[in-house]
Amino acid sequence: MPVTVEIPKEKWTGKVREVTLGATAAAGGTRKKTVTVGGESTLPFLTFEGEMPNPPVVALEVQDAYPDDWSALLKEVWGDTLHDPAAWAQKAEEYGADIIALKLQSAHPEGGNTDAAHAVETVKSVLATTGLPLIIYGPGQPEKDNEVLVAVAEAAQGERIALGNCEEKNYRTIVAAALANDHLVVNKTPIDVNLAKQLNILVNDMRLDLDRMLMDPTTGALGYGLEYSYSVMERLRIAALTGDSMTQQPMICTVGEEAWRAKESKVNEGVPAAWGDWARRSTNWEVITATMLIESGANIVVLRHPDSVKLVKEAIASLRAH
Amino acid sequence: MGLSGLQIYKLLPKTNCKECGYPTCLAFGMKLAAKQAELSACPYVSEEAKAALEAASAPPIRLVTVGSGEKKVEVGNETVLFRHEKTFYHQPGLFVRLKDTVPLSEFEAVVEQIREYSIERVGIELWVDGIAIENASGDAANFAKYVAAVRAKTERPLVLIASDPVSMASALEQTDGSAPLIYAATTENWNEMAELAAKHKAPLAVRADGDFGVLAELTEQVKGLGLEDIVLDPGIRDPHGSLVALTQLRRLALKSNFRPLGYPIVVFPGEGASSAEDEAIQAAQHIAKYAGIIILDHFDPATIYPLLTLRLNIYTDPQKPIQVSPGLYEISSPQPDSPLLVTTNFSLTYFSVAGEVEGSGKPTWLLVADSEGMSVLTGWAAGKFDAEKIAKSVQQFGVPSKISHKKIVIPGLVSTILGELEEELPGWEILVGPREAIHIPAYLKTWK
Repeated sequence: MPVTVEIPKEKWTGKVREVTLGATAAAGGTRKKTVTVGGESTLPFLTFEGEMPNPPVVALEVQDAYPDDWSALLKEVWGDTLHDPAAWAQKAEEYGADIIALKLQSAHPEGGNTDAAHAVETVKSVLATTGLPLIIYGPGQPEKDNEVLVAVAEAAQGERIALGNCEEKNYRTIVAAALANDHLVVNKTPIDVNLAKQLNILVNDMRLDLDRMLMDPTTGALGYGLEYSYSVMERLRIAALTGDSMTQQPMICTVGEEAWRAKESKVNEGVPAAWGDWARRSTNWEVITATMLIESGANIVVLRHPDSVKLVKEAIASLRAH
Repeated sequence: MGLSGLQIYKLLPKTNCKECGYPTCLAFGMKLAAKQAELSACPYVSEEAKAALEAASAPPIRLVTVGSGEKKVEVGNETVLFRHEKTFYHQPGLFVRLKDTVPLSEFEAVVEQIREYSIERVGIELWVDGIAIENASGDAANFAKYVAAVRAKTERPLVLIASDPVSMASALEQTDGSAPLIYAATTENWNEMAELAAKHKAPLAVRADGDFGVLAELTEQVKGLGLEDIVLDPGIRDPHGSLVALTQLRRLALKSNFRPLGYPIVVFPGEGASSAEDEAIQAAQHIAKYAGIIILDHFDPATIYPLLTLRLNIYTDPQKPIQVSPGLYEISSPQPDSPLLVTTNFSLTYFSVAGEVEGSGKPTWLLVADSEGMSVLTGWAAGKFDAEKIAKSVQQFGVPSKISHKKIVIPGLVSTILGELEEELPGWEILVGPREAIHIPAYLKTWK
């Protein structure tokens, strides 16, 4: 006689907030489509005990300055488009990205130090060539981040762009720009549950609605701290499902940036033969980092290689199929 | 179920004979309550007490050993669903499946490649655990020949895959004493397979596709024949179904203390995969959630290396980061006038920095301070990597006697300690290095 087996089920009381990126013409923007993430009332893909209404999505990273320090493998696959953010974004859409993550790298004071007007031109050109929603990152230097993101927020009013990064020491100006122009923000904190929660509270205190915030708990790549991100995200997601309101933001991970910084992906000179074929190893590095973080709760992964987009999207589809 | 240490203690002999390996019966009782010890370690426990304790004393997921010798694989005995709750203890064994239908010379060549595969990461040697041989030919003598061929090449743990007990019996004649995993007992053949497992003292995989009730019935039947070392195959091959099934199995064992399914799990990520890349993704999923034995259909270093790295990451104890010994390290034979860098003894930090310095080709002294395994910023925030600690390390490891200059490069992330360090190390020039290890080679080029 088969034994009767009673499956233990979790009774979660909370759920992740739904956040919508992008606005169509009807909603005051120009995007051809919008992307909604979050909304799940269960751990990733465990739909036997809760809902996961929106699948995790994939963004491709685009920069407005030629990424000279990128791996030769990325330079090869993207070719000349790397010189033109608008063409690059268009290509990214063709490769199947759901979102374009545009980094205004040229504004960095140690790089091109381009100004706000230049950033606005870049964003307008990208908005013109792609119908996808945008995430826009400043160059990562506080003063320049504020300068270019404020200008971009005004120029793209109503597009529901996610502006990043808001960090503990530098969030007020960016949040104000998002409030004034109907955008979203990305709250970034260094691999810690309480810091993530705290920043969500601070940003919410400025009256930015919670359905206009993503959180980035900081990504560690495979072999370079992945397990820290993995566990902090599992803890954040469990807190969200347990009903802790200020941890219920959808999570975004900058996988491509971290995975392609790893020596294993970046270079192939003087590495052990046991590391295997460079191209396949690098793809595995980005894809495994991405899927591991998706299984620990990521709602958006930002990638760099087109092959990774295809593989990660297939993995998401098969994790949802049943 | 769920007896406290004190309740268990009352049933023990209370002689404190220490033969179980613990100093007192109470300590042993506590370990039993925490499910970290087995009752069989006590030679004097009464039959009566044994019966009373059996249910409470066994770990919720049995520890099963595949193979013998120093590279045997031990899986199971996990105590949590999420690694942050404590840690994951026994990392899954990675096996590569080969069929007895490929030409023997080709087969032997792959076995050799797998045997020789080894890679070091953060000072830890990583390898592929073993080989699974499938009786794809259906021929018993042929299967035995291939299994013998593997045994002639390596002592690594094996998984024998055959549905016909006759084939399994002939293969087991080639592997005596080495406890290969027998795959698999099903509703059709469990009796014969269980007898073989008992005869050869080998662990037995039990397979029932998509039905936990049938799977539990099988394990009970097999257990009835005296077998304890069981591995489960719930037979679900798609990523969604497998994630759900393995999560439910781990919960049944840990939360419901459901004995019939409290065993490690074997998975075949290649069987539900659309490509070799997809197999890697599914293998990765099963490393994190919640396989004990993973059988791959491809041996490709470009996949094996990331998977071994992932396994190392996921099975790192969150409370105990891997550390390296503090000290003054010599990279590329430094001279007294070579540069001196300082960093922490968190293994990841050390290996990132040491790797970049090595890659730069510049002979360099690397001073590793004892930050108790914390990274640069965390160590600084916790007062384990501050000016005082760095100054102390300079003296402790005899730096002044080995170098002819008085210049030390600190990580860019802790540039704020520059002033304090100047006070702690009078007469020294404190230089601020890059924030990221990856920029060290460029920095060293400009060092004077």
